[in-house]
Amino acid sequence: MTNSSIQVEQTPSVQYVLRIGDTALIHGQRLAEWCGHAPIVEEDIALTNVALDHIGQARALLTRAGQLEGSGYDEDQLAFLRDERDYRNVALAELPRGDFAFTVLRCAMLATWFRLLWERLHDSSDAELAGIADKAVKEARYHQRHAADWVVRLGDGTDESRARIETALQQLWRYTPELFEADAVDEQASAAGLGPRWETLREPWLAEMRALLGDAGLAAPADSAFRSSAKTGVHTEHMGYVLADLQYLQRAFPGGAW
Amino acid sequence: MMNAAMRVSADEQRVVRAWEVLQTVLDPEVPALSVCDLGIVREVSAQERGLAIVLTPTYSGCPATEVIEQSVAEAIELAGLGPAQITLRRAPAWTTDWISEDGKRKLREYGIAPPTGNAAAMQAQPIRIVPRQSVECPRCGSAKTERLSAFGSTACKSLYRCIACREPFEYFKPI
Repeated sequence: MTNSSIQVEQTPSVQYVLRIGDTALIHGQRLAEWCGHAPIVEEDIALTNVALDHIGQARALLTRAGQLEGSGYDEDQLAFLRDERDYRNVALAELPRGDFAFTVLRCAMLATWFRLLWERLHDSSDAELAGIADKAVKEARYHQRHAADWVVRLGDGTDESRARIETALQQLWRYTPELFEADAVDEQASAAGLGPRWETLREPWLAEMRALLGDAGLAAPADSAFRSSAKTGVHTEHMGYVLADLQYLQRAFPGGAW
Repeated sequence: MMNAAMRVSADEQRVVRAWEVLQTVLDPEVPALSVCDLGIVREVSAQERGLAIVLTPTYSGCPATEVIEQSVAEAIELAGLGPAQITLRRAPAWTTDWISEDGKRKLREYGIAPPTGNAAAMQAQPIRIVPRQSVECPRCGSAKTERLSAFGSTACKSLYRCIACREPFEYFKPI
């Protein structure tokens, strides 16, 4: 393996699978930053376990994306040698980890979204993608339940915990429309039977989030005109730092393994 | 020269032997269970040379998966049945419902509470505000237990405590 960047052929199918795989990878990377830093040891274990599930899902999805792409790139090359513009995760996943409230709320948002997506990918025309989804949906349910418990506990907890989860909600909410934004990639992938249009996840996601926020004594903020666009390759300023951390070792020591 | 009928029975014997060997290949993270108890061996079939073995991974990110693949290949080769051609099959997805009754008993004896209930049915329930399943202490059998941590030392376990005998124990998460 060399350390020079690779460019991938961004067909709609490849992009569709990369969007899911990259979101799992970057979310997993952010969660893994908590290793050794969580407020209590049980949560240190929880966050890193969830991270591990996501990185496992990402490995399978990047492998599949590599096969669909056709240049022979494997999961490692796709993870470690792609530049920012070729990463297709949603911006929500790449935002800095914030405090514990920010982390569990983002986790609840993404777990709910992933679960709805995995459920629908069960019917994918791509048998490999359907198989990955059937495995991952079980993990997503566990993540969702765990993160949702914390959202309620913090929202319904002390003045301090409530203030923190409210702040997190204000910060995160405006990045959620990207999870459901329709575009040509989405359209063509769903026409090919690869997976659902993400737009179709919006209503069920909102219903579950509203119920959760209600239980936590919180309310969804008003919609804003802001739209993030990381899934098209145009990222927030945070993405470069994530990749610097994620890719440093393979760039410095190409093909390094242990 | 072997005729076709003899070849079939020789192949069958190799497959039967392979299943016996697989009974001795242990999960590195839960060494009370063999890969057969765990229910991850989907198929064993005789090839021209060696055997083809299909495994189902447990968790997407389970680091034991690669170790298990390796130990299966080594055990098959050591038994003179190799080479083993191992493939991973994700669908249908592995569920704790596939852990054998014998496997559940071994887990209990090892000090890990086996998964309770039917994971498939539990997955059909709505996510939130699910009543927690009561989990029996693998040591004293009391149902008076409480969960300490949703996640544990490996991807497949959570941590509990028995209120009756005061001992902490691990619980194999039903998925």
